[in-house]
Amino acid sequence: MSHDAPAHGSHDNYLTHKRGLWSWLYTLDHKRIGLLYLFTILSAFLVGGIAALMVRTELWKPGKVFLDPDGFNQAFTYHGSIMVFMVILPLIPSALGNLILPMQVGAKDVAFPKLNLLSYYVFLFGVILAVATLFTSGIDTGWTFYAPYSIRTSTATIMVVTGAFFMGFAAILTALNFITTVHKLRAPGLTFGRLPLFVWCIYATNIIQMLATPVIALTLMLLVFERLMGIGIFDAKLGGDPVLFQHFFWFYSHPAVYIMILPAMGIINEVIPVFSRKNVFSYWGMAGAVFGIAVVSFIVWGHHMFVSGQSETANFVFSLLTMFVAVPTGIKIFNWVATMYQGSIRLTTPMLYAMAFIFVFLVGGLTGVFLATVSINVHLTDTYFVVAHFHYTMVGGAIMAFMAGLHYWFPKFSGRMYAEFPAKISWFLIFLGFNVTFFPQFILGMQGMPRRYYSYPERFTNLNQISTVGSYLIALGFVLALFYLIYGLLWGKKAPDNPWGAETLEWKTSSPPPHENFIREPVVTHGPYEYQI
Amino acid sequence: MSETRTEGVRHFAHHFKSAFHEFDACKVGMWLFLLQEVLFFAPLFVGYAVYRALYPEAWHEASHLLDWKLGALNTVVLICSSFTMAMGVHAAQTGRKNKIVLNLGLTILLACCFLVVKYFEYSHKVHVGLLPAGMFTYEGLQHAKSPLFFSLYFMMTGLHGLHVLIGIAVLGWIWSRARRGDFGPDYYTPVELTGLYWHFVDLVWIYLFPLLYLVG
Amino acid sequence: METAFAQMLPPVASDVAGNWDTLFLFLVGVSVVFFVIVVGSMLWFLIKYREKEPGQKVGNIVHNDKLEFLWITIPTILVMIIFAWGWIVYKRMVDAPESAYDIKVIGKQWLWQFQYDNGKTTIGELIVPEKIPVRLIMTSDDVIHSFFLPDFRIKNDVVPGMYTKVWFQANEQGEHTIFCAEYCGNAHSKMMGTVKVVSLSEWETFQKGKGAPKERPASLVEWGQQLYTDKGCFACHSVDGVKGIGPSFKGIWGKQEEMSDGSHILVDENYVRESIEYPGTTKDKLVKGFPPVMPTFKGLIAEEELNALIAFIKNLKE
Repeated sequence: MSHDAPAHGSHDNYLTHKRGLWSWLYTLDHKRIGLLYLFTILSAFLVGGIAALMVRTELWKPGKVFLDPDGFNQAFTYHGSIMVFMVILPLIPSALGNLILPMQVGAKDVAFPKLNLLSYYVFLFGVILAVATLFTSGIDTGWTFYAPYSIRTSTATIMVVTGAFFMGFAAILTALNFITTVHKLRAPGLTFGRLPLFVWCIYATNIIQMLATPVIALTLMLLVFERLMGIGIFDAKLGGDPVLFQHFFWFYSHPAVYIMILPAMGIINEVIPVFSRKNVFSYWGMAGAVFGIAVVSFIVWGHHMFVSGQSETANFVFSLLTMFVAVPTGIKIFNWVATMYQGSIRLTTPMLYAMAFIFVFLVGGLTGVFLATVSINVHLTDTYFVVAHFHYTMVGGAIMAFMAGLHYWFPKFSGRMYAEFPAKISWFLIFLGFNVTFFPQFILGMQGMPRRYYSYPERFTNLNQISTVGSYLIALGFVLALFYLIYGLLWGKKAPDNPWGAETLEWKTSSPPPHENFIREPVVTHGPYEYQI
Repeated sequence: MSETRTEGVRHFAHHFKSAFHEFDACKVGMWLFLLQEVLFFAPLFVGYAVYRALYPEAWHEASHLLDWKLGALNTVVLICSSFTMAMGVHAAQTGRKNKIVLNLGLTILLACCFLVVKYFEYSHKVHVGLLPAGMFTYEGLQHAKSPLFFSLYFMMTGLHGLHVLIGIAVLGWIWSRARRGDFGPDYYTPVELTGLYWHFVDLVWIYLFPLLYLVG
Repeated sequence: METAFAQMLPPVASDVAGNWDTLFLFLVGVSVVFFVIVVGSMLWFLIKYREKEPGQKVGNIVHNDKLEFLWITIPTILVMIIFAWGWIVYKRMVDAPESAYDIKVIGKQWLWQFQYDNGKTTIGELIVPEKIPVRLIMTSDDVIHSFFLPDFRIKNDVVPGMYTKVWFQANEQGEHTIFCAEYCGNAHSKMMGTVKVVSLSEWETFQKGKGAPKERPASLVEWGQQLYTDKGCFACHSVDGVKGIGPSFKGIWGKQEEMSDGSHILVDENYVRESIEYPGTTKDKLVKGFPPVMPTFKGLIAEEELNALIAFIKNLKE
C-alpha cells in the first residue's frame, strides 16, 4: 500500500518529494523507511494471522480437523515466530518509531540515514529467509527453538534461525541509530524533561535492544553450529547442557517482552493526555517507571524456568525479583487512569484502543503476578494459562497500542483521515473477539491443558470452541480495519496539520510532513502535554 | 617520508549542524556498537565460565594441547597492530597522508599475519582430530567433557577471527581512501571509528589468549 | 463463588494441591479487587469527564505525592506477601520427606516409562500407593519433556543428561492423567499416561512382584488391545487407517510393505517382533515415508505380551 502513495495537495511533502518505485526502495527519508517497515510487517502479520486461524481451527475438536500433527506443529511455530520476531518486536520501535520519533525530537532525520536503510534491508532479508522455509520442509520447533529438539528435528531450523539472527541485527542497528538521534539531534529547547514520553519509552526500548539482542543473536548462531558440526554446548548427548540454552534464550527473550510492551506504553502515554486534554499525571513517575521496568527486565529471565531443572536458590531469587516488575507497571496504569481525572475526554478510535489497552494489559499484568509466584507457576506453566497471559500482554498490550498509534498518527503520515464509524466497529470486534478468544484459555490452563497440543481430552472441547469463535471475530475486525484504512489512505478526507490539537512536535509541521520534516527548525519552550497554555 | 599534508574533505550530512556535530554523533554510534559487541561475545564467555567451573580437570587437560607459543606470538602481532592503528589515527588527525597510508598498511599486514598463524593452528587441530565435540576424534584425552573445550575454542577464536577478517576489509577500504587523500585534521571520522573497532578486536584477543592457552 | 472456582480447577488429589488452591483463590481475589478499582474508575472518569463542549475547563493536576506514595507502597507490600506465601507452598511442593519411595521415570518420544525397586517396569501407567510419599527421579532419553500431573498440581521438566525430581502423596485411590507439558514433537499431545493410586495391600502385592495389578483379559486379542493403549503404541500407530507418525495397524498384516530403500518386506510375526524390539533405524527395515523415531521396547515387553500384540495386529487385517 505504501508504494503507490497518491499525490496530496500542491505543496511538496515527503510522499511526493520524489516519485517512482526506485525513490522508495532507495530512500534515506526516515518516514519512507518507516512506511517500508510498516508494509513489510503488516504483510508478515497477515501470514502469522492466517497461521493463528489454522491453529484455532484445528483445535475446534479433539483429533484431526484438517491438519495432521506435523502441519499443526508447523502452524503454531510459524504463528509464534512470525508474530514475535517479525511483527511485535519491530512493529512499534521500527515502523512507528521511524515514522514519528525523529519528528518528535525535532530532527530532520535520524542520525545515520544510510544505516537506517541498511537496517531495513537486513530485516527484510531475515524475513524473506525465514518465510521462505514455508516452501521447504518448514519448521516445527516452536518459536522458542529449545535444544535439543531444535538440534534433532529434520525441519529447516537453520534457515529460520539465521533469519531471526538478521532480524536481531537490524534491531540492534536501529536502536543504535535512535539512541544517537535522541542524544545528538534534539531541537533547541527540547530538554530531556520536555521529551514526549513516547521518546522516553522508545529510548528505554533501544537500550534493551542494544544489550539483549546480541545475546540471542550469538545463541542462535551457536544453534546453527550445533546442527552443522555438533559443537555440543547445548546437547546432552555430546556432554553439553540443554538448560544453558534456555538461560541464554530467556536472557534475551524476557527483556524482549519489554521491547514489545514499552513502546506500546509510549503510545498510550501520548494518546491518553491528548484525548483527555490534560497534562499527563506524574511525568517523571512515568519516565522513571519505564526505566525501572527496563532495568528489572534484565534480572528476571529465570521465571520462565521454574520447572526447567534450575536450582531452588535461582527460583527464589527470580521469583522475588519478578515481583518488583509489578510495582512500576502498576504506577503506569494508575497514572494513566489519574490522567483522565478531571479531563475533557474525547472518545475517538485511538482513545478507545488506549482504554482497551488498559483493560487487557491490566488482566495480563495481574495474571503475570500469578505466574511470578513460584508455586502457582509450577501448575500453570506450559499450560494454556501462560498462552492466555502472554496474549493478553503481547496482543492485548502491543497490538492494541499499535492500533491506537496507527489511528492517532494516520492523519500525520498519510495526510488523510480514516473514517471514525467503521473504525469503532472494527475496534469493538477486535476487543470483544480478543477477550472471547483468550479468556477461556485461562480456565483451560487452570484445568491443566498443556500448550502446543494438537489434540486434547474431550472435557476441554467447549472452552476451545469458544476460543476458536473469538479468533474469527478478531480476524473479522482486522479485515474491516484493512478496508477502511486503505480507503482512508486513498480517498479519505484531507487531514488538517493538527487534527487532535496535540502539543508534541510532529504536529507542528504539515500533514504529511515535508521532505525534511520542518520548514524551519522548531524551538521548544514548554513540556509536551501542556494543553492549558 | 615526505611531508604531504592533507586537510581532509570537509563535508557533513544535511541533518547535522556542523562537521564536528556529525563526528560527535558518529562516535556515540560507534561506542554503542562496541557495547553491543561486548554482549555479542558474552554468551561464549559465560558458556566458557560455566563449563570451566563444572569440569576444571577437563579444561586443564585440554588447554595443554594448545600451543601457547603460537598464541603468544599472535598476541604480540595484534598488540603491534593496535599500535600502528593508533599511529594511523594520529597521522590522520595531524594530516600526514603518507603516514596514514603506511600505518594503515602495516596494520593490515599484521592482521594478515595473525590469520596466517591462526590458519596453521587450525590445520594442525583438524589434522589430529581436535575438533568440536560432535566431530572430535582425538584419542589422547581422559576427561569425557574435554571435547567441549574445543567446541568453545573453535567458536570463540572463530568469531574473533571473523571480526579480524571484517576488520581487514574495512581497513582496506579506508586505506584506499587515505591514498586518495580523503582524511585530514578536518575529517578523519572513518579512521577514528575503525581504530576504535580495531582496538576492540585486539582487546577480545587479550582475554581469549589467557583463557584458552594459559588456563591449564 | 468459591465452589464455582473449585470447579474450574482440577480435582484435589494431594495435600499440597489444597494449599495451592487456597493461594490461587487469594490471588484471584486480589486481582478482582484491583481490576474493579482500575477499570471502574476508568469508566467512571470516562462518563463524568466526557467532553461536552470543545475547550471545556480541565483540572491541572500534574502529581499528587500522597497518592503516588500509596500506590507504590501498597502493591509492594502485597507482592511481598504473595511471594512469601508462594515460597512456603513451593517448599512443600519440592521438599520430599526422607522416607519417600523412589520411582525412576524415563521420558522418551513419546511415552513414559516407570522403573520400580523390584525391577518391574511399566509403560504409560504409574502405580503408586495411597497416603505414602512417592518421589519420582526423572530423566529423558531424547529431547526435553515435562512431567505434568494437574490433579496433584505438580510439574517438572524431564531433561536429557540430568535428573530432576518431583514428589507427591496421593490422598486416595483413583486414576489421574499425566500430560507431557514441554513440546517434544509430533505426538506431544499423545504423550499421556495414568497415575494409578492403589491401596496399600495391592501395592504390597505389586511390590512382591506377584500378579499384575490389572486384570488380564481372557482373549489374546483383547489383551493385545489393552497393551496397545498401556504401552503407548496408540500415540503413533492408529487402528483406523489414518497415517500417524508411524504406519497405521489397520490392514497392515500380511502386506508387502515398501521400505525406505525401495525393497519390500512381508509384515508377519518376525517383522512385527523385530520392529518392536529393534525399531527400523536402517533404510531396509523402515517403512517408506516414516521417520526413524520409534524407541526400542527390548526388555520392556514380555514374550506373552508380544504374542498378544501380534494377535491384536493380526486381528486388524481387513
